[in-house]
Amino acid sequence: MATTDNEVKELIKREYEHGFVTEIEADTFEPGLNEDVIRRLSEVKREPEFMLEWRLKAYRRWLEMDEPDWAHVHFPKVDYNAISYYSAPKKREDMPQSLDEVDPELLRTYEKLGIPLHERAKLAGVAVDAVFDSVSVATTFKEQLAEAGVIFCPISEAVQKYPELVQKYLGSVVPPSDNYFAALNSAVFSDGSFVYIPKGVRCPLELSTYFRINAANTGQFERTLIIADEGSYVSYLEGCTAPMRDENQLHAAVVELVALDDAQIKYSTVQNWYPGDEEGKGGIYNFVTKRGACIGKNSKISWTQVETGSAITWKYPSCVLRGDNSVGEFYSVALTHNYQQADTGTKMIHLGKNTKSTIISKGISAGRSSNAYRGLVKFGPGAEGARNFTQCDSLLIGDRCGAHTFPYIESRNKSAIVEHEATTSKVSDEQLFLCRQRGIDPEQAVSMIVNGFCKEVFKELPMEFAVEAGKLLEVSLEGSVG
Amino acid sequence: MLSIKNLHASVEDKEILKGINLEIKAGEVHAIMGPNGSGKSTLSQVLAGNEAFEVTEGEVTLNGQNLLELETEERAREGIFLAFQYPVEIPGVSNLQFLRTAVNAMRKHRGEEDMNAAEFMKLAREVCKQVDLDPSFLKRGVNEGFSGGEKKRNEIMQALLLQPKLAILDETDSGLDIDALKVVADGVNALRSPDRAILMVTHYQRLLNHIVPDYVHVLAGGRIIKSGGRELALELEEKGYGWLGIKDEDAADAPAN
Repeated sequence: MATTDNEVKELIKREYEHGFVTEIEADTFEPGLNEDVIRRLSEVKREPEFMLEWRLKAYRRWLEMDEPDWAHVHFPKVDYNAISYYSAPKKREDMPQSLDEVDPELLRTYEKLGIPLHERAKLAGVAVDAVFDSVSVATTFKEQLAEAGVIFCPISEAVQKYPELVQKYLGSVVPPSDNYFAALNSAVFSDGSFVYIPKGVRCPLELSTYFRINAANTGQFERTLIIADEGSYVSYLEGCTAPMRDENQLHAAVVELVALDDAQIKYSTVQNWYPGDEEGKGGIYNFVTKRGACIGKNSKISWTQVETGSAITWKYPSCVLRGDNSVGEFYSVALTHNYQQADTGTKMIHLGKNTKSTIISKGISAGRSSNAYRGLVKFGPGAEGARNFTQCDSLLIGDRCGAHTFPYIESRNKSAIVEHEATTSKVSDEQLFLCRQRGIDPEQAVSMIVNGFCKEVFKELPMEFAVEAGKLLEVSLEGSVG
Repeated sequence: MLSIKNLHASVEDKEILKGINLEIKAGEVHAIMGPNGSGKSTLSQVLAGNEAFEVTEGEVTLNGQNLLELETEERAREGIFLAFQYPVEIPGVSNLQFLRTAVNAMRKHRGEEDMNAAEFMKLAREVCKQVDLDPSFLKRGVNEGFSGGEKKRNEIMQALLLQPKLAILDETDSGLDIDALKVVADGVNALRSPDRAILMVTHYQRLLNHIVPDYVHVLAGGRIIKSGGRELALELEEKGYGWLGIKDEDAADAPAN
């Protein structure tokens, strides 16, 4: 009477949707990493001298560091000399000045991914920067944003055009010496987005970067820097996909956010890197450092993430709450299936007076996956009247997966208040039976139950992406019942 | 409509049903009474296809179709509805979303188009009214924070919405005060129709004052030991289960109760 594993799997088998490879001629560095490679990278990008020095310093620091091993993940050692550190689609001499000059093959790629870049088909109300392997290939709505004084461009362009802003803020939140992967990224980062919102401006569009890894044996090391000047507001979204390949690929990004007085940054991620196949072969290693600094008073940074992809996810989008009355938020849904591993969470560092933070984390484990929440809430001596609320919920599907919670709390101020709630539940047989008794397919039932579980986080996402996220969970969960 | 022959079922190798025979025709209302642990709830769960129970012997057909070969959801789509004794909560999933998904799953099975949102809303409000549930319940999570009485009314509301061929009501009267019982009974009576059968499982006869059954069966030790008309229930109330030589509280450890 029981449905066998195979029946259900056959019924719903659908592959990772974004697993195709774009056939395009590319300039790709030989694999390997040394100072010459970094010099060449800097040269290709026509960087000013300060940038090269910065990279080399980070590289030398990186050589002295060891790969961290404290996360609850297991993987064979990465051979950093087997990776190519730069791959870019071949193009004419200059950066494309308009979208008409972008290689049609690239435009088709993004269209296939549901991210139209054409002037006529652009996403309404969303400006997109499209990063393909190591370079940004297109940015939409540039003029409209410029009218509002908003700078939204590839970071490689910002290094040339706005060196003073870059020099002032790059590495100010995540210094190159912060950790092993941050050091590596600082040495070899190739592209990413740069955003500057001037004083008092509410960014008129949602900003979005779509990261795509295409080439084999390359790493993607993107760097994003967002600066919200006094009293400004910006909502930014990133999405990511990659082709299906049998080898693991490394994605080591650094994202830095800076919010000045009364500024607000809302940063949302829908991460759907290739997770590897059912046997755990292939997939992206997603080792990312994301941190925001609320340096101004009354500033606010919100991280919302929906993590469904990657073979291994290792990231802790954090907030340093330096300004008085500043607010940090972290809303996360992390779903692991098959052999995926995730060790994710946040750090809320309370330094200023009356700073507040909220952490809502929803971990969902299916198959043989492992899902860990790791979070630090820290109160410095000056964090008078600060408070944190943390809620960590785990949902298990099946009995071969694991969920772990590692909360750390450090307080050096007696007036600080911490509330912590944690639950672990299973998609129960009773819930499934109720749904099925009402005629609902088991797959659909699980997806509905999981979406209900994630509701608090989804409501933080921009509307159109909340729908997308729900669908993504559905696809990611396929074959989890049986 | 429903034919049960020599049905045996067990849970964790313990036999609970030991040879049930029962015939139910369209339009009929049957009541199954019995002490705790007699196998009443197990019978409802087995008919609905709960995989926690293993059918070891016997056959069950619904309009000639072998029910035991069908998955839970397939049975539901063929018209079997179970009103749960303890409906489980599904946090974050609204009643509305849940019910619409269910209704559309049934429609798809019949080869019909999905019901549009407005049409569905209208229907859902109507059935809510029938069991005196405020339409705001549609927006709440499935059974989330519902009182015992609200959960039972919610179950009957779903039966009215899904219009099954055979509605199995598992202890729908338990935990209800007299007013709530009346509301639930009105809902069930609204379900009565010449082409629908109702199987009520209950410990007490008081429900049968409001929903008058055509037949009453007494279940004990996993078998039907006596069948009769309405009067059997009254006799049971008067004389107690001891009258039939069975103890009431004897098997309280049986899983389904």
